[in-house]
Amino acid sequence: MSDANERRKFLKGLGLAAVSLGIGAVAEPPSVEAQAQPAAPPAMPAMPAATPTGASPYTYVFFNSTESAFVEAAVARLIPKDDLGPGALEAGVAYYIDGQLAGWYGEAGRWYWQGPWQQGTPQQGYQLPLKPSEVYRAAIPLVNDYTQKQFKADFADLSAAQQDTVLSGLEKGEIDLGRLPARTFFAFLLQNTKEGFFADPTYGGNAQMVGWKLIGYPGVQPGYSQIIEQYTTPFPLTYASIGSYTEDNPR
Amino acid sequence: MAKKLPAVDAVMVGVGWTGGILAAELTRAGVSVVGLERGPFRDSNIEFAFPHIRDELKYGIRFGLAQDVSRDTLTFRNAAEQTALPMRQLGSFLLGSGTGGAGAHWNGQTWRWTPYDFEILSQTRARYGQGAIDEDMQIQDWGVTYQQLEPFYDKFERTAGIGGKAGNLQGKIQPGGNPFEGARASEYPNPPMKRSQLGDLFQTATQGMGYHPFPGPSANMTQPYTNPDGQALGACMYCGHCERFGCDYNAKASPNNTVLPTALATGKFEVRHNANVVRVNMDSSGKRAVSVTYIDLLTGEEIEQPADMIFLTSFTFGNVKLLLVSKIGEVYDPVTNKGTVGRNYTYQLSAGAGGTLDDKDLKVFAGAGAESVVIDDFNGDHFDHTGLGFLHGGSISASSAGARPIQSNPGGAAWGSAWKRAAAQAYNHAVGIGAQVSSLPFRSNHLDLDPTYRDAYGLPLVRMTFDYRGNESKRSQYLTAITTKILTAMGAKNVVGRGLPEHYSIVPYQSTHNQGGAIMGMDPSTSVVNPYMQHHQVSNLFVVGASSFPHNSGFNPTGTVGAMTYRLADALIKRYLKNPGFLT
Repeated sequence: MSDANERRKFLKGLGLAAVSLGIGAVAEPPSVEAQAQPAAPPAMPAMPAATPTGASPYTYVFFNSTESAFVEAAVARLIPKDDLGPGALEAGVAYYIDGQLAGWYGEAGRWYWQGPWQQGTPQQGYQLPLKPSEVYRAAIPLVNDYTQKQFKADFADLSAAQQDTVLSGLEKGEIDLGRLPARTFFAFLLQNTKEGFFADPTYGGNAQMVGWKLIGYPGVQPGYSQIIEQYTTPFPLTYASIGSYTEDNPR
Repeated sequence: MAKKLPAVDAVMVGVGWTGGILAAELTRAGVSVVGLERGPFRDSNIEFAFPHIRDELKYGIRFGLAQDVSRDTLTFRNAAEQTALPMRQLGSFLLGSGTGGAGAHWNGQTWRWTPYDFEILSQTRARYGQGAIDEDMQIQDWGVTYQQLEPFYDKFERTAGIGGKAGNLQGKIQPGGNPFEGARASEYPNPPMKRSQLGDLFQTATQGMGYHPFPGPSANMTQPYTNPDGQALGACMYCGHCERFGCDYNAKASPNNTVLPTALATGKFEVRHNANVVRVNMDSSGKRAVSVTYIDLLTGEEIEQPADMIFLTSFTFGNVKLLLVSKIGEVYDPVTNKGTVGRNYTYQLSAGAGGTLDDKDLKVFAGAGAESVVIDDFNGDHFDHTGLGFLHGGSISASSAGARPIQSNPGGAAWGSAWKRAAAQAYNHAVGIGAQVSSLPFRSNHLDLDPTYRDAYGLPLVRMTFDYRGNESKRSQYLTAITTKILTAMGAKNVVGRGLPEHYSIVPYQSTHNQGGAIMGMDPSTSVVNPYMQHHQVSNLFVVGASSFPHNSGFNPTGTVGAMTYRLADALIKRYLKNPGFLT
């Protein structure tokens, strides 16, 4: 069984409480550690599943079970858990994407949405009559059809190496998804994965601010006027999110 | 039938910097003003409060403060033989909407343009001859000089509390400032910003190369400041959330904390939000604007607001669109080169270089929208263009505006463990030097109305036809080579130049410096408004803002927008109100 698959089953069995445990055990990435004071205990992300009791696992509101299995597997490969720390799966990025697609972003809220629809040049931007939520809904079964033909399994049940091959094929447009451009779907998936990894934890991803800790972005700080000119003094990286101020740890 | 309201003295279509400045000045002169703003009301004390305003996803990625393009956008094509298609989501530029317009979420870089900019045609001819000007390049003198504009630059800088260092005080070159700038009557009202390590390295490197670095002028307050109108602003905390965000320290000058409260305090200014103007109505002579019609977006009702003076103070596209849909003036035709409305659309171009400074702790999360060190040696006509094959240039800067994690999207490879490693390594060590490059007008670049696509109110969308023309690639290569040299001198590794792509694209963010389409000039056959931004044929109609700029400089436009607007306000109060008619 693949590493990604194991993680997925593990998370499904235990609920998101497992995510917090996993993250706690991970060392800071070297680039952060080099300049960081010992970090203050991170605030808990403001999502239901990550309450201190860990009693309520996340419930998908947009994705069905096939879709959530796909997205969990895909984000785990796009930003994998490795020696640098948790990846997108552990950061809750699948939950982030679910929430985004269930909301106004998924419905192309505030996008111009009148026809006629016509394919343009790359310089003219996105011109498909598919909302972000519809791109995922249309693409995931097509990718699974492809992997069933190639590997006799859904994408989520492939080995990590096979998943990487498929993702790479989507990225390069080498996998034919029929009327849906594979590159378009991949671009949504990758963009949303990185958003979820680096957005404020309020949105369900970047749990425990793991994305910020990876790169050394301190998050939501009042200001830096005292340090902007201190070129050689390291800034104490006491990470904070929006929720750090409004819920868990008012300062 | 539209509901017709009682007349007011003046109406502003759009409540950003231009509408706000005019409202403040006119109401204090006793004029009653109504501002019609299609966006929502925003109380900046609530909407911009810490910590919620520091939400990169909401504001930086989903553009929470920008225009709702589901209601009104534009269509775009590179060339006339293509079919223009709608800009379905924001990308290349972030149009403003709501109280303060784009002035609520700008970076605060506030420039005076060079004296050359206002007399670009005559100075180019004098120095290089007519042969240096491409056949399709439509540069022209503006009909206003830097010297005429100087007092109004000064006025805007005081209103907005600009921090900086003068380089040319009354003709005397000052150490530490920009020696290429036009003469200033007085020093900036506030000192320059603190300098980041990146800026410091740039300062040292460019000085060593014989260039003239200086701190970029900033509307991010460098100390607590009370402006001449009595509006108090706080000091910048270098939080790294300016562009795309409101300021929770009230430290970034915007219409919201300067001119709008000044106007409202007079009791003669009323702002109606959610009011989308769809037409300027003319009298039967066609020489006088009598009212504007707007849709109340809360009720759907059509309302007519009569006014003695009508000011189009929307963004560039809004101003041009209202002229076009109201059929005021002749539409520009690039084939015959006749007509004026839509002519000389320009944008802000760029060049630059990126690399890494692996041994420095750059603290890239810290910064301010206008924190920068700049050289102006390669802007305007500050260097000899003989034999270079292009005109104008750009300002080159090292800017520390704050690298937010989604937007800065660190790392090289696109995904996987390799990307993750690169992201972790790159975030605090990736550096860029940017050139903000001028955009000169070409015959084929223009705005008109789209034949197919319509806005939420049934009006045609503005259609943009724009691509890089003539010698812009040579200019881009030239400036890219200089930025590459500077970055290397700063000790950066893996230095790569970033010039212009072959074609302009509406997709990646570049700048919200869209200009032209209703340009100023002395000749009504090639311009829409006179140098007071007063319509050539309709003396009580004013088309205000960067839509009136005949070309685009190597600097951000807001300082010049502010100065031009103060100059108009001054002429209105001193002359027009007493004797309405054409301003000369």
